[in-house]
Amino acid sequence: MIKRKSPYPYWFVLPAAVIFTVLFLAPTVASFWFSLTRWDLFTTQFIGLENYEQFFREPFLVQGLVNTVIYAVLTSGTKTVLGLLLAVLLTSGLWGQGLLRTVIFFPVLVSTIGVGITFSVLMHPTRGLINVALAAIGIHGPGWLTDPALALYSIVFVDLWKGIGLATVIYIAGLASISPDYYEAARIDGATRAQMFFRVTVPLVKPATVTVVTLSLIGGLRSFDLIWAMTRGGPGFSSDVLASVIYKQYQAGFYGLSTAGNVILFLLIGLIVLPLTAWFNRKEVDL
Amino acid sequence: MSRRQLYTGIAALAACGVIFVLPFLFIFITAAKTKQDAATLRFSWPVEWQLWQNFMEVVQTRNYMLLLAYFNSTVITVVAVTLLVLFGAMVGYVLQRRPSRWNAVIYGCVLAGLMIPPAIVPTIWVLQLLGLFKTLSGMVLIQVAYGLGFTVLLFRSFIAAIPRDLDEAAIIDGAKPFQIFFRVILPLLKPVTVTVIVVQSIAIFNDFTNPLYYLPGRENVTVQLTLYNFQGQFQTQFNLLFMNILLVTIPPLIVFIFFNRQIVAGMTAGAVKG
Repeated sequence: MIKRKSPYPYWFVLPAAVIFTVLFLAPTVASFWFSLTRWDLFTTQFIGLENYEQFFREPFLVQGLVNTVIYAVLTSGTKTVLGLLLAVLLTSGLWGQGLLRTVIFFPVLVSTIGVGITFSVLMHPTRGLINVALAAIGIHGPGWLTDPALALYSIVFVDLWKGIGLATVIYIAGLASISPDYYEAARIDGATRAQMFFRVTVPLVKPATVTVVTLSLIGGLRSFDLIWAMTRGGPGFSSDVLASVIYKQYQAGFYGLSTAGNVILFLLIGLIVLPLTAWFNRKEVDL
Repeated sequence: MSRRQLYTGIAALAACGVIFVLPFLFIFITAAKTKQDAATLRFSWPVEWQLWQNFMEVVQTRNYMLLLAYFNSTVITVVAVTLLVLFGAMVGYVLQRRPSRWNAVIYGCVLAGLMIPPAIVPTIWVLQLLGLFKTLSGMVLIQVAYGLGFTVLLFRSFIAAIPRDLDEAAIIDGAKPFQIFFRVILPLLKPVTVTVIVVQSIAIFNDFTNPLYYLPGRENVTVQLTLYNFQGQFQTQFNLLFMNILLVTIPPLIVFIFFNRQIVAGMTAGAVKG
């Protein structure tokens, strides 16, 4: 039998495969080894789980881990709920809804560092626009970024400001794929607006929900640039997350510890996102 | 349109104006102020407009570093996006057209690329071994490696809509594999290619974290890094800091004005990099 050459040769995959393997897969696999060492980029000394022990012994490193989870859950939860509500509002035939969509979406495209710097100025405790506006209506605004109890949540707010447009746009696309027949049928059955939202819209927009939740959760867990631009993880370590801990340990020359932080982040994303995806797929709605 | 829709629309626009437009207006007016005027951080019209003066000053800072940064960022973005389109389309094509047990492996890699945070220090170590650390070529390859997952996903689903009859016709005409791809398939991929180009250029141009790690040093500075460096230097010169933010915001704004639809399509079609 003559084996005819396929018109779809495997060498087409080769350039991408080489780049991806060398610069992404190999370092990821190697990180498991390097996280078990004391490492100065040239020599390694195997120290077992000591980096991980140190990580979980230091309260500020553990706080970084906790903050990461808080940050990711808050941003993705709010983006999901608010994104859906905004999308419903912006598809209801409002006056000027095209312009509204544009305005909400634009911050998604803007430099995160630029947004971070702008908001750290707007959130200045005494002279910032936010507190000046609050003072005008008689409220004494807090130090949004200088109060350790508040800093992380202020950054969450800015993350929402910047990212809500993407969630909204994904939901608008999801809503557009729902056939109006369902609403028609629900109306004939005498459903109220609330019933239509919870019984028709929410179940049928589920693919978009899966995308928004997964995307914003992964993004939130990996978040670095906004936090770095606004507080550098401070005051103290109050707004540190895993990604900023990884950067700080790298800067300090603790490469093994920094890589251990990477592995922890990797495992955290796996532990949260994989079961969630499996659960989403199991509960797929059938029509 | 009902009266109610009109009023809700006006109310929503007003709220949006305060929440989303005001910060951009603040950037613009602060960028136009004098040093003293900007230092008050007030939301007021500039006492004296000096947009052009501030612009020249920011451009000239540190020996025209911003121009160098624009050059570097443009080179990285253009080369990386070109390679992404080419290599990503090739993978998506074979992945869609030739089912085999390798497909599962490739899919696994695509998902890994979308989800897993890059292992930073080991990557620096690999780059150093290859002599690519702190080089523009190294940065380009990193952006390609990190952008492939999204690109392959997008191309694969688009290629599924191109009938195989076209391939067969080309094969009967005696076309070689690369001729089928470059002469028949690639031209048909134009809409999705534009999407990939627009979405990835914005992502790569706006990237801060990767240049921070893989491209340190003055001669390799990128646009986002200058902004970060100026944040420290211009602590007392908010007019210049905000002029810099304004300049960094303009390229995505232009792309947005021309490619609004493609951006939205691209962002909703697949997943977006974190």
